[in-house]
Amino acid sequence: MELWEARAPPPFWAEGPAPGQSYCPGGVGTASALRPLTRTLTPMVTGTSVLGVKFNGGVIVAADTMGSYGSLARFRGISRLLKVNDSTMLGASGDYADFQYLKQVIDQMVIDEELLGDGHSYSPKAIHSWLTRVMYNRRSKINPLWNAVVIGGFYNGQSFLGYVDMLGVAYEAPTVATGYGAYLAQPLMREVLEKKPSLTQEEAQDLIERCMRILYYRDARSFNRYEIAIATEKGVEVQGPLTLEANWDIAHLV
Amino acid sequence: EWTQEPVSTGTTIMAVEFDGGVVIGADSRTTTGSYVANRVTDKLTQVHDRIFCCRSGSAADTQAVADAVAYQLAFHSVELEEPPRVRTAARLFQQSCYRYREELSAGVIVAGWDPRRGGQVYVVPLGGLLLRQPFAVGGSGSSYLYGFLDSAFRPGMDQEQCFCFVGQ
Repeated sequence: MELWEARAPPPFWAEGPAPGQSYCPGGVGTASALRPLTRTLTPMVTGTSVLGVKFNGGVIVAADTMGSYGSLARFRGISRLLKVNDSTMLGASGDYADFQYLKQVIDQMVIDEELLGDGHSYSPKAIHSWLTRVMYNRRSKINPLWNAVVIGGFYNGQSFLGYVDMLGVAYEAPTVATGYGAYLAQPLMREVLEKKPSLTQEEAQDLIERCMRILYYRDARSFNRYEIAIATEKGVEVQGPLTLEANWDIAHLV
Repeated sequence: EWTQEPVSTGTTIMAVEFDGGVVIGADSRTTTGSYVANRVTDKLTQVHDRIFCCRSGSAADTQAVADAVAYQLAFHSVELEEPPRVRTAARLFQQSCYRYREELSAGVIVAGWDPRRGGQVYVVPLGGLLLRQPFAVGGSGSSYLYGFLDSAFRPGMDQEQCFCFVGQ
């Protein structure tokens, strides 16, 4: 009797599944076992909310100075704000290692641009647009930069405030917030801006301080020291760390 | 079950900088599950003449990365014709730990002395970020230390004091 040589049907595409086989993209298989898996599937050291608000003549971005390791307040003196150039700044929440990577890439981009020596520098809108593409393309390869970034700046007489996150969701608004800030601080900021669409720098700083204090009360992963970056026509200035005083007067009512 | 468990250093490691150098310390236990595979482990690995790393996490991962970094540093220092900077060593660790962050389980403290910046301590935890700190602790045993350290550490201690501090 003839021995029928059973030949397995060929895979649908190279490195792909054959009929009836299960398919793991990115290879937990023999063929692609040699490529490193470079995905951030779990954020490790994370930063919490970042807030941003526009005022008359500029933008403020604020973030506390803490990196949490799960629920452990592990690094309490790190900066989550980055001054890109004299017109742009950004603050990141989420995985701090991915933020450091982003910082390296952006710093190198800024250096390369300065080397061109043509007098142009990246506008906040340009950085926002570029970052959106980067984040979206990373997520499309199931290898996201696990961050939510707030980009603020003042360029050509106009304030800019934008948001990009690890899914590539991006938008611009007069107030932005990431993480818990989106739930706790955003409504407060919007309320103030509705009553008075054009704030002074002082008012904006007070608003930020108020919001950061509420986040410190209510966000279990926050910290009472924070930095702010202010972009105006004079440039970008990072101030801090500022300390929040908590008010426990209401405690006696309980 | 113990054959499935990676060999891990269930560890306490720490490093403190002072003017003129660093003091580093570690426990000496390696476990597979709950069995103590090695009770005299040396978790303080030298990667160059005056640069050490304190290893925590998977023993295999940290040994592999430390070997690679030691090689890179030796090469680099020959090219440079001078001792490498501690920051360079830390950066090399970070590059491996960040790139392979999903495969590695490695928390490392890089500590050493170089002529440029004196004693320095850099921490490269899980996830692969790089941070310089006046002192650092790591490993699963480090959780118990945070409270003590926050109260007992003072900046500007000298070598003797650092030694006692780490010993405590």
